[in-house]
Amino acid sequence: MTRRKDVRTERLRERVEELSGENVFACYQCGMCSAACPLTEQMDRLPSQVIRDLQRDDPSVLESNAMWVCASCFACEARCPKGVDLAKLMEALRLLRLRRALDWLSVDELPQERIRELPQIALVASFRKKTG
Amino acid sequence: MDPIAYFPGCSLKDSARPFELSALAVMEALGLPLIELPRWTCCGTVASLATDDLMHHVSSARNLVRTQETGGKELVALCSMCFNTLKQVAARVNGDVDARDKVNAFMDEEEDYEGGIDVLHLLELLRDRVGWDAVEERVNRPLFDVPVSAYYGCTLVRPKGVGIDGSDAPSVLGGLLEALGASVIATPFDTECCGSYQIVDRRDLAMDRALRIVVAAKTRGAEVIVTSCPLCQHNLEQAVGEFGEEALNGAAPAVVYFTELMAIAFGLEQVEVPARLQPVLDAHRLGATEGAT
Repeated sequence: MTRRKDVRTERLRERVEELSGENVFACYQCGMCSAACPLTEQMDRLPSQVIRDLQRDDPSVLESNAMWVCASCFACEARCPKGVDLAKLMEALRLLRLRRALDWLSVDELPQERIRELPQIALVASFRKKTG
Repeated sequence: MDPIAYFPGCSLKDSARPFELSALAVMEALGLPLIELPRWTCCGTVASLATDDLMHHVSSARNLVRTQETGGKELVALCSMCFNTLKQVAARVNGDVDARDKVNAFMDEEEDYEGGIDVLHLLELLRDRVGWDAVEERVNRPLFDVPVSAYYGCTLVRPKGVGIDGSDAPSVLGGLLEALGASVIATPFDTECCGSYQIVDRRDLAMDRALRIVVAAKTRGAEVIVTSCPLCQHNLEQAVGEFGEEALNGAAPAVVYFTELMAIAFGLEQVEVPARLQPVLDAHRLGATEGAT
């Protein structure tokens, strides 16, 4: 996990905005995304806190598991009163790591019997989201 | 109506085979047969959400080229996840000429995609072209009294501009189920995520989501849950299998594709009745003719 240091932290907000096409300052921290998200129980910080971190250009957000727990279900996008597409911000945060050739999911470590029982739709989607 | 090209995707040829077989049979019965898109390839499963990631749109774009080659203007997906991915990519390359030029440059062995192909979900075709009245007319074994939960999940209704119905209170599956004669059970989890691909490396997380959806349907009296996505189907079935009747306080709802229920209501004998659905049909005496009075 020390390899995560290799993710570049400079100009974080700017690069995330460029990758996502979203303006993080449109968010006024109402927390609706965190209320809508079905997976917050598994996240070490809330979706609205991820945006707050980006507004403050706080690179510790890269250490969060939130973007890896996010399943791109777009519940946040459907609810945001300011039209911020948080799913795109989460994707940008994933790509900052994946584009440094640092996979989040190690396919080699998945047990063979699990791979056999899973439908292709799950495997391909997971590899697309968590490997580079 | 002319036949429309349909996109099966990987799961419909494997784990979701009953979805494809039942869909083809019901569309044939409705007089709107679907023709499999020639030489289709994987849609990519998830659409890239990054501004600069056009390379990941190529797999979906190739299928738009395949559609263009048929001379058709529309591509129908049965799997909600394929639908969502194909439609997001179509929206990008249809509307943005620069993006389309770049994607075409990536696919230099193909003819250029010229834009203008619309991606539809089968449920849109049923709602907007066939109509619920025509579906109801075709029913010869109505699903009297069977309480069915209409589970939409995410990719059928989100994001905005892609979903075929509102994310807050969608009605398309409910409209279909009513036409089939079922009793529609609404739950607050109808459009909540099933855990999706997190099933691969975060099975705990996906099972937590899927079980809530199944329990919500069960506690409101649903005996059947219909899905439109092979991944939702898998996760809900896994939750039923893993937690079984103990956690659900009684028989688990049968999780089936919406087209499987249509085939039963249409009385299409050639379509196999899912084993887990048979006890529900028996309990409602739907195997017998008195159910169809």
